[in-house]
Amino acid sequence: MAAVFGPKANLITKLVLLGAAAGLLTLFVGGWVFPSIDYYTRVGFVRPQPVPFSHEHHVGGLGLDCRYCHTSVEVSANAGMPPTHTCMTCHSQLWTNAEVLAPVRQSLATGEPIRWSRVYDLPDYVFFNHSIHVAKGVGCTTCHGQIDRMPLTWQASSLSMGWCLDCHRDPAPNLRPREEVFDTDWKPTPDTPTGEQLLAAYDIHPATLSDCSVCHR
Amino acid sequence: MTAAAFDETRRVLEPGVSETSVTDHVSDLVLERKTPAWWWIGFGLSLSLLLLFVVSLAWLFIRGVGIWGVGWPVAWGFAIGNYVWWVGMASGGTIISALFFLTRSEWRSATNRIAESMTVFCVACAGIMPVIHLGRWWYSYWLFPYPNTMGTWPQFRSPLHWDFVAILVYVIASVLFWYIGLIPDMATLRDRAVRRWQRVLYGILALGWQGSSLHWREYRSAYLVLAGLMAPLVISVHSIVGLDFAGGLVPGWHETQFPPYFVFGAVLSGFAVVLMLVIPLRRALDLDGVITPRHLDVLARLMLTTSLLIGYSYGLEIFMPFYRGEHAEITVVLSYLTGHYAPWYWAKIVLNAVIPQLLWFRAARLNQPVLFTIAAGVVVGMWIERYVIVVASLHRNHSESSWAVFTPTFWDWATLAGSAGLFLTGFFLLLRFIPMVSMFEMRELVRKKKREGGR
Repeated sequence: MAAVFGPKANLITKLVLLGAAAGLLTLFVGGWVFPSIDYYTRVGFVRPQPVPFSHEHHVGGLGLDCRYCHTSVEVSANAGMPPTHTCMTCHSQLWTNAEVLAPVRQSLATGEPIRWSRVYDLPDYVFFNHSIHVAKGVGCTTCHGQIDRMPLTWQASSLSMGWCLDCHRDPAPNLRPREEVFDTDWKPTPDTPTGEQLLAAYDIHPATLSDCSVCHR
Repeated sequence: MTAAAFDETRRVLEPGVSETSVTDHVSDLVLERKTPAWWWIGFGLSLSLLLLFVVSLAWLFIRGVGIWGVGWPVAWGFAIGNYVWWVGMASGGTIISALFFLTRSEWRSATNRIAESMTVFCVACAGIMPVIHLGRWWYSYWLFPYPNTMGTWPQFRSPLHWDFVAILVYVIASVLFWYIGLIPDMATLRDRAVRRWQRVLYGILALGWQGSSLHWREYRSAYLVLAGLMAPLVISVHSIVGLDFAGGLVPGWHETQFPPYFVFGAVLSGFAVVLMLVIPLRRALDLDGVITPRHLDVLARLMLTTSLLIGYSYGLEIFMPFYRGEHAEITVVLSYLTGHYAPWYWAKIVLNAVIPQLLWFRAARLNQPVLFTIAAGVVVGMWIERYVIVVASLHRNHSESSWAVFTPTFWDWATLAGSAGLFLTGFFLLLRFIPMVSMFEMRELVRKKKREGGR
């Protein structure tokens, strides 16, 4: 009887073994590497908005303070999206006929809020609180990036739980004096208190910050 | 009993069995024999049960675990009982193939393939249960400690996580052990096959086994090491299953005797299943020459031994709560004896600890219908034991305001029956494609007996 397997069988065996190794690699990449990359977490992605609102123009150019529009960021869990009336404080006088602002005028006329598309969208089992971060010296740009240079808003951080925990376990490098929280161009100077000093000053205790109940109520 | 008749029960090989006759017979069963009618009937029935399993799982995944009778306070029902039952039956197979390999027991050679094949599919049935009993089974991979973007790890202090690790290791190890034991036999089948598909199939499975002395040397040390790992593994796997319960504070669960108690039960049910398979297979596959009354006798004695061990554990289970005087534990024990689940409790006592006492008698050990019935009783009895441990303990917990009775639903029973379908379908398939007796080990045994002179 002729042999069942020719010399090619050796090659096939090696390919099968290689395939198995590739399978393991795929598991590793699919399970860990892929969920970490920006494509998956949408970091740097712009979402289409009904009105092409530009933070670059309003903050970087005009120098508006963050709190002019996001009024509740210091007192509430929610930073707040400005209502149409906030837009209209200026745009009832400025660019009144601009085509891009048509949805804003329509919103004022009908009373229907503008349907902004949410860029930073956490799942509803995460109870994020803006005011506590502002009160403890976390600046806007630490999480939201250089927002004053974004013509359209994109997501600047992954919002993965690992990303949150990295900071909750070691907040010191991300703290700044409270007065500087809304300064989009803030850089630490030699006079800036160190992270450790700020931890002590703001009574921050990293040991308890990674408890489940901090975010998952 | 005459000396000759006594001798008959001491032989692990019948006279006239030679190296070639074993190889011829066992490989012909797989390669040449026309598939018998009983196989088609058995396989058909198994397949319909498997279909029931698929349907129950589909419905479970669509509707959630609420289709079962579980709730509060009895949140563990059939699924966990089934899990412990299946993994327990698997353990007996590994004990036979690994532990008795280490002790060089001669009777192990003819039965180890049946035991290991049984193990492989029992472990498969067992492995499914803890996953499907999760409310959100699609997150079950979170049990695996892998670096993830959540920055979370499993809770390594939970016996349920140990359980995951244990069962995962056990699945992999038992399949490996079974397969490595098959390689030289696969080569025999490859060399004896005439049909091309058989030569290709067994050729692939034999992994190029040539049977050179170098191969054999490596093979023996690998097999010995694996057997040396499997024997303690199976003990620890089932101890961990015991800790799933003993780690809890539930009265009736929180007992230090649980790890060995569970191992005793596991091995008892394992031996019983092996007996239930060996007795009919011996006839159906004409294996009388290599599976002798000696094998049945040994398995029966082992079943008796473990039955005594488990009887001791049952005694402790009743005695200790009264000895400690802990109110909640006494309540549970009294509910075992007289409560809602008392019929189940007494059934387990009778099936596992009382009836097997018949095996003290040689006549019972060598009477195949009696032996088969006792073994079947034990298999049922061990399922009942797990059911009682899971459910009866939970239904009388510390707080009287949360006392409630668990009633299984149709889907509970369908899942149980369906999992038997998975086991049987797998086993029937192996029966047709895998030699049910290890040919190379039998050849060795024949040579050894020849060297020793006479039988």
